[in-house]
Amino acid sequence: MAADRTEELAAAVTKAAAAGNPLRPVGGDTKRDFGRAVDAEPLSLAGHDGIVEYEPTELVITARAGTPLAELEVALAERGQMLGFEPPHLGDDATLGGTVACGLSGPRRPYAGAARDYVLGVRMLNGRGEVLHFGGQVIKNVAGYDLSRLMVGAQGTLGVLLEVSVRVLPVPGHEVTLVQELDAVAALESVNRWAGQPLPISAACHDGERLRIRLSGTEAGVRAAVTQLGGAVDGDGAAWWQALRERALPFFAGDRPLWRLALAPASAQPDLPGTWLIDWGGAQRWLRSDAPTETVHAAARAAGGHATRLRPADVEGPFQPLPEAVFALHRRLKGALDPHGILNPGRLYAGL
Amino acid sequence: MNDTIHDRRTIDRIALVAALRAVLPADAVLDQPEQLRPYECDGLSAYRQLPLAVALPADTDQVAAVLAACREHGAPVVARGSGTSLSGGALPHPDGVVLSLAKLNRILAIDPINRTARVQPGVRNLAISEAARPFGLYYAPDPSSQIVCSIGGNVAENAGGVHCLKYGLTVHNILAVEMLTIDGERLELGGDAPDVPGYDLLALVIGSEGMLGVVTEITVKLLPLPSCARVLLGAFDSIPAAGDAVSRIIAAGITPGGLEMMDGPAIQAAEDFVQAGYPTSAAAILLCELDGTVEEVEAQIDEVRSLMQACGASEVRVAQDEKERAAFWSGRKNAFPAVGRISPDYYCMDGTIPRRHLARVLEGITALSEEYGLPVANVFHAGDGNLHPLILYDANRPGELERTEEFGGKILELCVEVGGTITGEHGVGVEKIDQMCVQFNAAEIDQFHAVKAALDPERLLNPGKAIPSSARCSELGGMHVHGGQLPFPDIERF
Repeated sequence: MAADRTEELAAAVTKAAAAGNPLRPVGGDTKRDFGRAVDAEPLSLAGHDGIVEYEPTELVITARAGTPLAELEVALAERGQMLGFEPPHLGDDATLGGTVACGLSGPRRPYAGAARDYVLGVRMLNGRGEVLHFGGQVIKNVAGYDLSRLMVGAQGTLGVLLEVSVRVLPVPGHEVTLVQELDAVAALESVNRWAGQPLPISAACHDGERLRIRLSGTEAGVRAAVTQLGGAVDGDGAAWWQALRERALPFFAGDRPLWRLALAPASAQPDLPGTWLIDWGGAQRWLRSDAPTETVHAAARAAGGHATRLRPADVEGPFQPLPEAVFALHRRLKGALDPHGILNPGRLYAGL
Repeated sequence: MNDTIHDRRTIDRIALVAALRAVLPADAVLDQPEQLRPYECDGLSAYRQLPLAVALPADTDQVAAVLAACREHGAPVVARGSGTSLSGGALPHPDGVVLSLAKLNRILAIDPINRTARVQPGVRNLAISEAARPFGLYYAPDPSSQIVCSIGGNVAENAGGVHCLKYGLTVHNILAVEMLTIDGERLELGGDAPDVPGYDLLALVIGSEGMLGVVTEITVKLLPLPSCARVLLGAFDSIPAAGDAVSRIIAAGITPGGLEMMDGPAIQAAEDFVQAGYPTSAAAILLCELDGTVEEVEAQIDEVRSLMQACGASEVRVAQDEKERAAFWSGRKNAFPAVGRISPDYYCMDGTIPRRHLARVLEGITALSEEYGLPVANVFHAGDGNLHPLILYDANRPGELERTEEFGGKILELCVEVGGTITGEHGVGVEKIDQMCVQFNAAEIDQFHAVKAALDPERLLNPGKAIPSSARCSELGGMHVHGGQLPFPDIERF
């Protein structure tokens, strides 16, 4: 049953602010490890759910933060639409709010945009428990600072999301996955060359042995691209991309430390020991490696990117340290939205 | 007028100019009235104000030095690109310095394999696409002023254009900026790699109207040029029928590169001006451009034609060649100057609405037009809901500008009432500052000010723009309409 718990949630935040008690906003708790451990009382968004507005011809859906992501995607699929950033669920209980707060995107991201690109507006609680509305339900909107996109990836440290409006896309009429036997270097060269051409590519991933390309669009457009690019058609392509999106491929199994490096897509492979899986046409590179944290950070930085340590959790947290001036600005913004420092303190970085 | 916009400061003008001259070449500091005159307004020429001085730095270090001098003297800084803002974003402050970024006009690098360009803020929008063209790439956002507007100004305003439905706004097409804060910090926000750790400061800065920092370098995303673009023109006997066609095209899963609507008065003005071949008896026309690979476009043309006919189009034409395609677009692209020919002055509004309320909003505008005795022509980015009503008026008639502004304000309030926004792509600037009080409540306005204070506690960067003071909103009193809920919704408003 859909329910609006805004008043109760606002009261909880107001009370916590007055007492100086930290809160940890929780949706489905499926991304608990994507951040530092926070010693705070959970503020559950469960039950604050339901689709508030969905008019397919407007290409926008608005739902409460606790709405299960799976439920939202079913509603969209019934009308031939989808979330263009293909968010990883990473568990059955993933919610819209948690997904947007974590800002994760799936295989379509380099070709269709990231989570933040699809967020049009939010209703939220700031750290004073005030209900605020930023952005809206329309694609073009430049009134006021863009605080709705600032919430994406902030993991509830700047506000508690109550309701999110996201832009949606039509499900492509036709999709085909091609497989080519190429090594990583050749694959990076090919996918970046193709990305500069008007081709209907919607995902490109090298799994260590072969390159997979997903093509999406009209049947005629996809067929022409299949002819141009060549390679074998993978009949199980859809399942493979789904497994990649959910980090369920064999590559992600086991205990060896799991890293995600974000780089300019055509960057050369960093000189790090371990095994690689290259997604996002080269812009997101997964690494299983025992290399020390400092070594991975340094290699990512040298390549103009950054690294995130997904597993195992350690006390420093997953994220690469920020430059001092940028971190100082983070702290001032945190103070502007959460002056009592009660929202998920320390979740992204110690002292934030 | 200006004293209600600007919070005045007491500045030692002579000392400030001397401080600027100490860090810039002699010809890069302007302070004589005849030198300042060209900077007194931007594209919103109804508002004019001379600054104390204009600084024309040539590189990032000089920009930093100008900011340091202004900070030391407590002088407001208004950054300016090409000065094409339609909302007064670059209107000078009477006690401040205009910081022109026009000399920072170099394209620093094009990286064809990573599909990016690194440019200085004074580079013209179109110049980026021209430089990228040899690599088969272009920069997608195309505001109508793209021949002259600067990319730095585009970043400040989060500029749009006619292709936003498919390719996004400025915020979707910028990868990184280098920004100077008023404190003199040089920050790298965003990056060549996606999803930088921490907060999305890049999204915060884009569209912040020069109030959070001064951007000195920009990395933009480049896209492959589509191999094919075709345009259809549909004529309709009523606006709801044309609106229905838009909804049906979107519902069919088609995302046109451009989808534009014009109403009768706009069609007539454009046709009189450029002879685009528009059917002047139509109540509305739709221009639908499809781009992509040849195979995709061919398949979609037939579908769009059928959809338009099913919605009662009296005529559907497909441009047969590049010449005819350019002709179809020429009327739309010249709609503003075309209206400028038939009226001494016109005032361009910029609201966005959920598309399904188009007929209701246009009816409301018609009723207001009769009430104020001022004609209106409407052009509409139909794909993304961005409406540009052009109010025809004569500034030489006493009181007519004021009536026009009041009329315009009512249109924007109507947009908010149906769940839309007061500005889709032109920015708030000074123009729509009062309507901000309609769209946002006091707590939201205070939150904006707190964010501003995190970057610019002395309010030196473009003060008086974009975000009204809480006091100003409470003086206007009780206008707030939120989420479409007006106080007293039963009262008829048009």
